[in-house]
Amino acid sequence: MATAQSRPLLTIGKYAALLGYLSFALFPLYWLLKIAITPDQLIFSEGTQLWPSSLTLDNFRTVLFQTDFLAYFGNSLYVSLGTAAATTLIAAGAGYAFSRFDFGGKRIIIAAMLITQMFPLLMIIAPIYKIVASLGMLNSLTSLIVVYTAFNIPFATFLMQSFFDGIPKDLEEAAMMDGCSRFQALRKVIFPLTLPGLGATLGFVFTAAWSELLFALMLISKNEAMTFPVGLLTFVSKFSVDWGQMMAAGVLALIPSCLFFIFIQRYLVQGLTSGAVKG
Amino acid sequence: MARIELKDVVKRYGSVEVLRDIDLDIEDGEFIVLVGPSGCGKSTLLRMIAGLEPITSGDFLIDGERMNDVRPRDRDIAMVFQSYALYPHMDVARNMGFSMEIRKDPSNERMSRVKQAAETLGLTSLTERLPKALSGGQRQRVAMGRAIIRDPRAFLFDEPLSNLDASLRVEMRLEIARLHQKLGATMIYVTHDQVEALTLADRIVVLNGGDIQQVGSPLDLYERPANKFVAQFIGSPTMNIIPVQGNSNGVKLADGTLLELPHLFGTIDAVELGMRPEHIDVVEVGDLVGVADVVEHLGSDTNLYLQVEGLGPLMVREHGNIPVQPGDRVGLRIQSENIHLFGPDGNALRCPTKEAAA
Ligand SMILES: Nc1ncnc2c1ncn2[C@@H]1O[C@H](COP(=O)(O)OP(=O)(O)O)[C@@H](O)[C@H]1O
Ligand SMILES: [Mg+2]
Repeated sequence: MATAQSRPLLTIGKYAALLGYLSFALFPLYWLLKIAITPDQLIFSEGTQLWPSSLTLDNFRTVLFQTDFLAYFGNSLYVSLGTAAATTLIAAGAGYAFSRFDFGGKRIIIAAMLITQMFPLLMIIAPIYKIVASLGMLNSLTSLIVVYTAFNIPFATFLMQSFFDGIPKDLEEAAMMDGCSRFQALRKVIFPLTLPGLGATLGFVFTAAWSELLFALMLISKNEAMTFPVGLLTFVSKFSVDWGQMMAAGVLALIPSCLFFIFIQRYLVQGLTSGAVKG
Repeated sequence: MARIELKDVVKRYGSVEVLRDIDLDIEDGEFIVLVGPSGCGKSTLLRMIAGLEPITSGDFLIDGERMNDVRPRDRDIAMVFQSYALYPHMDVARNMGFSMEIRKDPSNERMSRVKQAAETLGLTSLTERLPKALSGGQRQRVAMGRAIIRDPRAFLFDEPLSNLDASLRVEMRLEIARLHQKLGATMIYVTHDQVEALTLADRIVVLNGGDIQQVGSPLDLYERPANKFVAQFIGSPTMNIIPVQGNSNGVKLADGTLLELPHLFGTIDAVELGMRPEHIDVVEVGDLVGVADVVEHLGSDTNLYLQVEGLGPLMVREHGNIPVQPGDRVGLRIQSENIHLFGPDGNALRCPTKEAAA
């Protein structure tokens, strides 16, 4: 009896906690959206109210048609997709090798990859700048793809390796007994099972590249090659900050990340349940 | 159909030798069971035959052709894994037909073979399910179906029944026996369960610590174990082994009892005597007297765990239901024609019998 009575209380408590957490996590996003749709003249008078007295889409219109936002957006998309694709391809190959083969130097490579993750980025910004400059690749989006890929590979490789580790070796061996070459076994059996892992890695790298500011700021100075985070800084002029437009641009910048995760989420969910299958 | 030969096969991982001088000649159509305790190298041997594990040295031949360096796919051998290793993203039909799909066999032929195999294994209503929607026994059947779908030269099984519950294990064991009768193919079956070994095998290979202990038919191993290890590994309940002193017309037990072995000839230099529990009879007045410790009434049999003064514990299995209670004193007679003698090196002594000498 006692448990039956305490159950609704427990449920309410659970949902209250969830609600509390969600509002805490989502509040900044809400604020972003609120300021983006607040008319300029109200920003300072009604800035702290939860909901403005009138709404406008002017900020979005201005950002889209009167600034270079679309160009920044395109640059970011190019860099992020390029980085995500290159990193995932390399990490998948490396992760498979780490998971399945024993080879000389394996431990050393893993140690080296771990060590690269321990340096603060600020320490290596100057040398990276020199290298890119001497290659004549300043202000090119390709340089960003190369640098981002290099920095994301270690973590992405460990991520992919753990996904491959989760796929029993028996499956490949069964496929080889069934007449596959190692490569066929990889393509027909392992690859379909790694889709969740590939999705997660793509998503992770894409998001990291999409919001990266430090390298983009250092390596890009020409307006037409700016990525979105750098471009966002142009809304901060010498004399004022155009809050409304900046927030509108921020809202727009969230769209690709959201789309990307909607696209890969079914693979992520699959990944969570496919562990139950094993053999 | 295939004859499989292993000649002086050795397997080393680094400097660790896990299999030594394996010599084995498997006839076409034979059902061979590799049996031994966990870690003795059974799976490693099977995987070398499959081609999943390189052979360190020695020769491996199928139908007289050296196959050491041939890839698994070109050996034309099917294997059933302990974990079943079903492809989780393919339905039952595709799992079973996968090898034919890879070989690019015509799809109508593949369909009909899958259908036929599904019927044989009672999977007809499940062909569109994914492995995760199957029970353990059904997964096991699919794994078997995947192996029988093409006519491989040989079948390998690595402890295929160890993940099933007891009743299902008996059922699948019969199924495998039936399958072997029907297909008549060479089968190599790994298990640590001696009941599976005794019931399925044409010949059993007993492995221990990387060495072949004995190769023989189930009855051979039961009646003429080559050494103490085989004697205790094969047969359930386990054989009793007690220390003895050999002399010219029998052996002397530790309590001083003389066990006469009139059918044997010559001096017997045995140090240990083995007696299977079913080869000791409960009698009014016998060679020994034991006090019952624990009595198990199984209905068909009675298991007696006895203490014999001067000798230690003995186990006796008597046919039928005998009215002995714990604490009772019972007389025991050893069936002297069914005993086993072991020398100082643990190997069985083969004393010449009088009939053979005559
Ligand atoms: N990849 C490996 N590297 C090193 N030792 C191994 C490897 N695989 C198996 N072994 C060793 O080989 C021995 C035999 O293993 P295995 O054939 O799996 O035994 P079984 O199947 O009889 O239980 C074990 O002692 C095991 O530790
Ligand atoms: Mg094993």
